[in-house]
Amino acid sequence: MSAFDVNENVSPINFKEVLQPSPFQSRIDEYGIVQEWMSWNGYKTARVFDTLASEYFAIRSTCGVMDLTPMEKYRISGPDALTYLNRLVTRDITLLKPNRVTYVIWCNDEGKVLDDGTVFHLQNGDYRLCSQHHQLDWLLLSSLGFDVTIEKETHDVAALAVQGPTSCAALMEAGLVDIDRLKPFDIGYMTLNGMELMISRTGFTGDLGYEVWTHPDRALDLWDLIFSVKEQGLFDIRPTGLGALDMVRIEAGFIMPGDDFNTAETAVRADRVRSPYELGLGWLVDLEKPYFTGKQALIAENTEPAKQRLVRLVVEGNKPPMDAFLYDQKGGSRIGTIKSCVWSPILKTNVALADIEFQKGSAPIEIWAEIYYQKELEWRATWARCNISKKPFWAHPRSSITPPQKF
Amino acid sequence: MTNYDAIIVGAGHNGLTNAAFLAKAGLDVLVLEKNSYVGGATASLELHSDWKYSNCSYVCSLFRPEIYQALDLGRHGLEVVPLQGSVTFKQNGDYLGSYHQPSVRRREIARHSKRDADAAIRFDADLMKWCRLIRGFLLRTPPDPASFKVRDAMEFAYLLKRFYSLSESQIYEFIRFFTMSIAEYLEQYFESDVILAHFSGGSIIGTGLGVYSPGTAYVLLHHAMGDVDGNVGSWGFARGGMGSVSAAIASSFQAHGGVIRTDAEVKKIVVKGRRAVGVMLANGEQINAKAVVSNLDAKRTFLSLMDSADLPADLVTRAKNFKIRGSSGKVNIALDGMPDFPAIPKGSPLTLGHMHFTDTLERLERAYDDWKDDRWSHDPYVDMVIPTQYDPTMAPPGKHMMSVFVQYCPVEVEGGWTNGKRDAFGAAVINQIGDYSPNFKDLILHAEIRTPRELEAEVGLTEGNIFQGELTLDQLMFNRPFPGYAQYRGPVKNMYMCSSSNHPGGGVMGAPGANSAREILLDLGRADTTPEDFSDD
Amino acid sequence: MTKPVSVVLVGGGHNGLICATYLAKSGYDVQILEARESVGGGASSIKFGGDYTVSGLAHILYGLNTKVCKDLGLDISALKSSEPLNTISLQLDGNHITLGLEAVLGEMISSKDQQAYRTFKREFRGYAEALEPLMMNTPPRLKDMDRKDKFTLAKLGWSLRFGLGAKSMREFLRVGGINIYDVLNEVFDNSALKGAVSFDAVLGQHMGPRTPNTVLTYLQRLWGECQDTQMIPKGGMGKISEILEKAAIDAGVKIRTGVKVKKICVAHGHSDGVVLESGEHVEASIVVSNADAKTTLLDLVGAPQLDAMFCNRVNSIRQNGDVAKLHFALNDLPNFKGLSPQELQHRLIVAPDMRYVEHAFNHSKYGEFSQHPVLEIIIPTIGDSASAPEGHHIMSVSASFAPYDLKGGWSDSRRAFLNRVIETIDQYAPNFSSSIVTSDLLTPLDIEEQYNIAGGHWHHGELSIDQSFMMRPVHGSAQYQTPIKGLYLCGAATHPGGGITGMPGHNAAQRILSSGDLG
Repeated sequence: MSAFDVNENVSPINFKEVLQPSPFQSRIDEYGIVQEWMSWNGYKTARVFDTLASEYFAIRSTCGVMDLTPMEKYRISGPDALTYLNRLVTRDITLLKPNRVTYVIWCNDEGKVLDDGTVFHLQNGDYRLCSQHHQLDWLLLSSLGFDVTIEKETHDVAALAVQGPTSCAALMEAGLVDIDRLKPFDIGYMTLNGMELMISRTGFTGDLGYEVWTHPDRALDLWDLIFSVKEQGLFDIRPTGLGALDMVRIEAGFIMPGDDFNTAETAVRADRVRSPYELGLGWLVDLEKPYFTGKQALIAENTEPAKQRLVRLVVEGNKPPMDAFLYDQKGGSRIGTIKSCVWSPILKTNVALADIEFQKGSAPIEIWAEIYYQKELEWRATWARCNISKKPFWAHPRSSITPPQKF
Repeated sequence: MTNYDAIIVGAGHNGLTNAAFLAKAGLDVLVLEKNSYVGGATASLELHSDWKYSNCSYVCSLFRPEIYQALDLGRHGLEVVPLQGSVTFKQNGDYLGSYHQPSVRRREIARHSKRDADAAIRFDADLMKWCRLIRGFLLRTPPDPASFKVRDAMEFAYLLKRFYSLSESQIYEFIRFFTMSIAEYLEQYFESDVILAHFSGGSIIGTGLGVYSPGTAYVLLHHAMGDVDGNVGSWGFARGGMGSVSAAIASSFQAHGGVIRTDAEVKKIVVKGRRAVGVMLANGEQINAKAVVSNLDAKRTFLSLMDSADLPADLVTRAKNFKIRGSSGKVNIALDGMPDFPAIPKGSPLTLGHMHFTDTLERLERAYDDWKDDRWSHDPYVDMVIPTQYDPTMAPPGKHMMSVFVQYCPVEVEGGWTNGKRDAFGAAVINQIGDYSPNFKDLILHAEIRTPRELEAEVGLTEGNIFQGELTLDQLMFNRPFPGYAQYRGPVKNMYMCSSSNHPGGGVMGAPGANSAREILLDLGRADTTPEDFSDD
Repeated sequence: MTKPVSVVLVGGGHNGLICATYLAKSGYDVQILEARESVGGGASSIKFGGDYTVSGLAHILYGLNTKVCKDLGLDISALKSSEPLNTISLQLDGNHITLGLEAVLGEMISSKDQQAYRTFKREFRGYAEALEPLMMNTPPRLKDMDRKDKFTLAKLGWSLRFGLGAKSMREFLRVGGINIYDVLNEVFDNSALKGAVSFDAVLGQHMGPRTPNTVLTYLQRLWGECQDTQMIPKGGMGKISEILEKAAIDAGVKIRTGVKVKKICVAHGHSDGVVLESGEHVEASIVVSNADAKTTLLDLVGAPQLDAMFCNRVNSIRQNGDVAKLHFALNDLPNFKGLSPQELQHRLIVAPDMRYVEHAFNHSKYGEFSQHPVLEIIIPTIGDSASAPEGHHIMSVSASFAPYDLKGGWSDSRRAFLNRVIETIDQYAPNFSSSIVTSDLLTPLDIEEQYNIAGGHWHHGELSIDQSFMMRPVHGSAQYQTPIKGLYLCGAATHPGGGITGMPGHNAAQRILSSGDLG
């Protein structure tokens, strides 16, 4: 037996630290009033800092800041980086210019969605892929036969999402000049107080917003810089948690892999996986581009009428359709279930994402939700009519105007 | 001379389970046991004063919750406490821990390989697919592929329906999983040596196969498909040792009016006119019954409990050829205190679970090569637990009981087993542990060393095989124990089998006992008291 | 740019030739592109040491399919010796045992074992024959089956249930998935006999007698025996290929040798030809590859044209060879203790008992070569003196186990392994080493290089259950059709696997003809 020579680079993990701290942790702890934590990819993440309503309205009417560090990030580089990415995702990445970002999904061999995310074209041949779930295994499996380097950089890049109508103005006050020139999905770079920053006009809120990226060593400086604007009394800026994010992303109609559908890698039952078409993401699939994983399966599926679809539903009334079954009429046959739902404080209605059966490629004529709700420990059932919303429930022109308005 | 509705030969946990379901159906049932205690290989024995040893089986997870519920075992005193985690020590002083907390577990795997941490997600989901499929077969009687009976055809149709719930590529992947070696199966997911070794250990436990032998991937399932309170793959300790499992089943059986006689060795199953009519005890006493059920393994049942004259000739050949080579040993140790494991951080929960000391596939395979040549492994794979960290009833306060399962140990060594060789085997195991725990050897108060020879002599497991028959494709499903005899019915009328030699095989599962009871009750025209599988859909 | 052809066939191994001939006979314009200077692939004769001619890789014809011979009008009888080919298992004490198709002889073999051998061979040949519907057809898919798939499965079910009968079917289902070691222990008493039979179950594989799956490999071997074409062809295996080549040319197949294919072209998911190393583009309606699956799919097609997991499945096909080929030029006939010179025309094996074979295998698991290798020896010059100068002889040896991935690499270990083989043979034929004029060793690495088989595996992939039938070479490409439309596989990588059988070529041709891809 060899001598005990522990590799010092790999020190044992602290098993008492069930959730991993983010580089912003000390500030997050400081701002967290209710100290309500949840795990996002194993990181200690606030569900709420103060109240859900104040955080929701920060995003919708002023400016909310959220720690993005736990989001999975991968650096993809090397001579075949572009052809590799193009074989990975369903969209044509050759169209993605440097300093631009695009929303993508990727599928397994059977054309079932594994995850979604964004591709950042940093410079020629150098890309960052951000994903909802852990994807290193799939990214490396996909790299067989490509001259490409894939490195996980989740913990090596600290990032804050700064979202809301005053986000541009607030960031400019903080010294991030010129960001008003960034169009949606643009990337810009700057050095501020010795901090190397990357700014992208991206977000998961459906509103005007930016994501600011830096080295984890400067994470606290970045936080303090942004919050200095609030300290000066110029703009209200609030840290926001995952709870508020979930509200705004449903309003914006963004789906969440793992919540709205089972990702193909984690699904155990064969019928639980979903194709892009079934998720209403057919617009992301380019069957004309060179081969990508799942293309053959999707070509075959595309010739058949859809059997089921994830749809946006506006649910009448005020009862929350949480986990509700859906029927083709009151007391009729069951045709689906609600996946995510929220009471939209701005729209004053329940909005939901729901998985429903299609007949011969068409949506049911009527959709009814059977809602169980509780008032003072008594459970009641009611029926609510649901209407499919073709567009996102909420979209504001300010999110796409360049330069953005001040508020 | 007494008459019973049914006699069960052997009070192992399957015999007791079988008896309990028969008694629950209102039958007069007698269980006969040669030892002075019930449980067979599911026992807690006081071999050192004030210590209780789970000296054969030592952890519990495969036991079907359906049976637990149907026999009301909780009220009969059974308590299964889930284990937390496991650890594989590396030769370089590092270790791989498997923690209860998913985030911590993930980070620990990532410490050894970032890729493997993500691959574990794919691995877990895939394994769960196969688990779901196989688990549905456990509480069912295998159909006979050569039969044209409606029942067999319907059972086949059911299996096919389950099978076809998989997608096409999953069907092929399932067949591959069933026929691949654990090493090659795992290499489709993982790259780190210690992770490969850690995950493959469960695949060789109790088998005459190595990690590179095709068919071992399935055995992993056999050890991973159990659950404690719905957490599939996790293991539990029975409070008071494994004897509590058999005690609870026995208590449930007795509450339904069943009778147990210990120190009552059965010599023969009495057959008259191609019908089993009762049993003859070693003391010459004959007891009659409408049904005789053997809880002994297939070899013992047909080669010693029955006269070859009463059996079809080909069945005798089959029994002789039944593969039941033992490959495992057991070392049970009374400790004066808790041993230190300096490699793992102070206060770490890792000692609470399974501990292993084999960190590469090559070491595991070489341990198997020793066994093939009738030697015990000189660098053995051990599955070690210290249940007294949870259980105050098994050792005095501050003292501990350690149970060490050892793979591999042959049925026969060159020149035959002697006590000296047995102790040398024990020393190899103790040294293996001592390499990772400096104070371990000094803490040993008493050690019981069991090779297959001891397991056979004391518990009655032929050749010391813990599964009462190897788990290879020729002895699984409709081939277990023999083709044409996989439906718990013996070759003569009124004679049945309920041991782990029958589908679905070994482990403290209770399923063979329950399945056999279902067939007996069907034949006797009684209401079925055995439970249906809890569906997972 | 050359004139488009209907079919371009990459690789002129025996399966490629057979597939091409079938297609040409159906009226299609077929062109074979072979990288080597002659066709035949693993079934070739080579010159070595000046004037010696020997089979380059495969050296015994085991089971060239009789239907193929009949369909293509192949007459190989002239290459066959008048005496049936037996296997003689060498024993150190000179009490060798002789295994025929039906009977076994040997001083130490009891009459009980002799009887058991007859019964065993009959029973197991029955199993092999019962698999015929599966062997001679495209393996059916297990879901979304077409009519042909259902028909094949129904025929197989019928053949197992009614061809074998309930008793044998049960027995087949019992032993089909296990190891030959346990089966032989059930059947025979004599350890030398068990060793000899177990040899056939592991030959060419990375398996020992105790490896589950070896019953299946043995059945595949017996399937060959059922064809009644066993021989050591006079003039070497190249003669077989010459007959196949002639049949192909007669059928109108065009053969180009010395042209290596660099790329299989794919446009819009459809393969439409190949590009040669020279840069020349050969257009075709369909492409058929006789190369192994890894080479075809990962090198010639390339991952960018295929699904990611599929590529990984192909990449993890276990196709690293574990057998070395040795050729010895001898100036004297080796004097095997206890064997007459006439008996040396048979197949000699060194596999004295199962433990010996298992021990030989043990080494290969850890990337070491066998210290006591298992050998298959033939001396073709006994029946065919033209292959060597007057009075000289050739010995051709397959030596197991010699892993492709040898720890430390082969370059430093070639001599050591060669010596282990020579020492082993010397134990049985003491004058052997002194009669060696020259020798030639092909490790799996050399086989890879010289025969263009990735991994240097005889069978283009282990014949294990997880790589057989509807999973050969991998699922998603197991019906001869690859995921690329118009690209087919026809080599040993496909069902039912390797050996000079012609079955993959035959089945692939049937599949192509029924696909409608050729219009």
